[in-house]
Amino acid sequence: MTIAIPPTSNKKSDQLQPNGWLRYFSFSLDHKVIGLQYLVCGFIFYLIGGLLGSAIRVELASPISDFMARDVYNQVLTLHGTVMIFLWIVPVVNGAFGNYLIPFYVGARDMAFPRLNAVAFWMIPPAGLLLISSYFITGAAQSGWTAYPPLSLTTPAAGQILWILSVLFLGGSSIFGGINFIATILKLRRPGLKLMQLPMYCWAMLGTSILVVLSTPVLAGTLILLSFDIVVHTGFFNPGLGGNAVVYQHLFWFYSHPAVYIMVLPAFGLVSEILPVHCRKPLFGYTSMVYSIMAICVLGLVVWAHHMFTSGTPPWMRLFFTIATSFIAVPTGIKFFNWLATLWGGRISLNSAVLFSCGFIVNFVLGGITGVMLAQVPFDIHVHDTYFVVAHFHYVVYGGSVFVIFASIYHWYPKFTGRMLNENLGRFHFLLTFIGFNLCFAPQHWLGLNGMPRRVAEYDPQFTFINQLSSAGALLMAISTLPFLWNVVQSAFNGPIAGDNPWRALTPEWLTSSPPPVENWNGEAPLVTEPYGYGVPKEQLDKTGTSNSDHRSSGQ
Amino acid sequence: MTTLTNVNHDSDQHGAENHEHADHRLFGLATFLVADGMTFAGFFVAYLTFRAVNPLLPDAVYELELPLPTLNTVLLLVSSATFHRAGQALKRDQAEKCQRWLLLSAGLGLAFLVSQMVEYFTLPFGLTDNLYASTFYAVTGFHGLHVTLGALMILIVWWQSRSPGGRITSQNPFPLEAAELYWHFVDGIWVILFIIFYLL
Repeated sequence: MTIAIPPTSNKKSDQLQPNGWLRYFSFSLDHKVIGLQYLVCGFIFYLIGGLLGSAIRVELASPISDFMARDVYNQVLTLHGTVMIFLWIVPVVNGAFGNYLIPFYVGARDMAFPRLNAVAFWMIPPAGLLLISSYFITGAAQSGWTAYPPLSLTTPAAGQILWILSVLFLGGSSIFGGINFIATILKLRRPGLKLMQLPMYCWAMLGTSILVVLSTPVLAGTLILLSFDIVVHTGFFNPGLGGNAVVYQHLFWFYSHPAVYIMVLPAFGLVSEILPVHCRKPLFGYTSMVYSIMAICVLGLVVWAHHMFTSGTPPWMRLFFTIATSFIAVPTGIKFFNWLATLWGGRISLNSAVLFSCGFIVNFVLGGITGVMLAQVPFDIHVHDTYFVVAHFHYVVYGGSVFVIFASIYHWYPKFTGRMLNENLGRFHFLLTFIGFNLCFAPQHWLGLNGMPRRVAEYDPQFTFINQLSSAGALLMAISTLPFLWNVVQSAFNGPIAGDNPWRALTPEWLTSSPPPVENWNGEAPLVTEPYGYGVPKEQLDKTGTSNSDHRSSGQ
Repeated sequence: MTTLTNVNHDSDQHGAENHEHADHRLFGLATFLVADGMTFAGFFVAYLTFRAVNPLLPDAVYELELPLPTLNTVLLLVSSATFHRAGQALKRDQAEKCQRWLLLSAGLGLAFLVSQMVEYFTLPFGLTDNLYASTFYAVTGFHGLHVTLGALMILIVWWQSRSPGGRITSQNPFPLEAAELYWHFVDGIWVILFIIFYLL
């Protein structure tokens, strides 16, 4: 094959930035390298978090505390939650795919601030190492990923401080990433490209980044106050010293509820990219999708106290937050029906990417419905702090975000590497994951409704069988990782050559070579005004002309 | 051989790229300041909530005097104005005048810090004495950290805007503009802080 002759290059900078595989270990400024750094780094933490989760399920296979000591269980539980949220889902759905795709989508050669981008990524591995190593050095934090005081003030301080430090780093990384996405999407669009012509993932990332920039700093400030409480014994959140623990909960959830949207809005965007390609139909209801994302973004900032219905919240607050939370079901429902309408009547190729996307739709609607249930105060008081909440949460973030991450890897792997993945292994992976996931988490609804509390290593023996069922599901999920790992590793070397555009997709990242060159385009960046113009007659589909907005949202 | 390894023939074209598109660094800084402002917003809301629902314990002391912080407010507001004058001087290529205004701004910032220190040492309560005291020190301290960083920035800008030899000129005003935006932000936060902590 031909290798493009590089333009006259600067010898000095060649030495500064390594080539080949080494650049994935370097402070590279290329958004594609950084995107893959996020992805691989995140996946390693997914494996670690998965091991921790498996340890929890092994412990819970029997009603007594036998597999690990109770304080170790608390540490494992805390690390599992923190790793999965802050080191796997948030960096991957935002950092990995965002960095890789957004510059293509806006027709740029890189992100707005490449150096800041690299800094944001390189804050993650040290933070992750700090968090994991805290287990071996001092014992990890034991107060769960929420770190509620006074619990976080009474558990061993060293682990808690390391946890705070790690989360502050990750929050900083997230904020830098968010600033970069906002600037790239709003300021770096190719001339002639209008906001309403952007692929849906850009809108999702814009909404997400706004949430990141507005809410993450509040968490950072709160954790700084918490560390004061731990280290110098101030009493901000310590009722024993005249402080107020509920204020911590408010501030914490002001970030951590939007955090759910930070994890799931990009996933919405990614699914909206994947489905039209493989159904050969335009994305249904583009405009309503955009407004739904922005509505979720606004509503997502004013629903946090639904996590606190049992924290002595006054009735007016309960009423307000119940209503606001229920309202979120409206834009979410719009998106859900838009995806169904996109699938409807399409020529669907049922490959791994589509299977995972459909798995996402099924799981997410279940997680969404239990979410509306939990927003209702009387029901919430009944199931608060039970396994029902655990089930709901995992349906949203695993059944939602993680399924989409896998769908996205199957969809964009040919672009990342220039090679195709093995479809049969991919379908097998989906089957194992889907069955394992539902077997693991569906029974937990029952456990929660019957009163099994979460976050404890021991439980009433009447729940044994259901817990063992759940643990069997977890085992399947663990096994499901193996065909996936084998697939991505061996396809990188032996997979069939993908070509530039194996899915015959219209979004801009497919209009360059696979893998794309440094600076993305071999010539001028293409102007794609109809990213979802599938099924539109060729003569009407003018890639360089002005927008023909009728086709975008007609669903024809 | 076409897998992960054949893309990167010369990876540092970004240096050249920076000159091709418009400069978005001020926009990025403004976005960051929104985030930074949210940290303060969280602190302010926490303090107001404490005041609303957490009465002071019986023997706790929490009293603030007005004169010194009022002087501090004036110092910061004047420094914002002097910084603005420095920016205008730079635009007119009056490097020396610009440097003088910058030095004055930095001096006012440092005076603020000294005055804040004096206040800290004369207050009748300490960091861990009670809830309001802790919040007062944490928030004013966090703001003081911002002022310290800002004063350092102004001094760097002052040094770099010397003529000849400095990097900040009317052709390259970004560092000065960035420091100025940041400084106005820090002043604005102080005004809100002053109202919430001292006047309410």
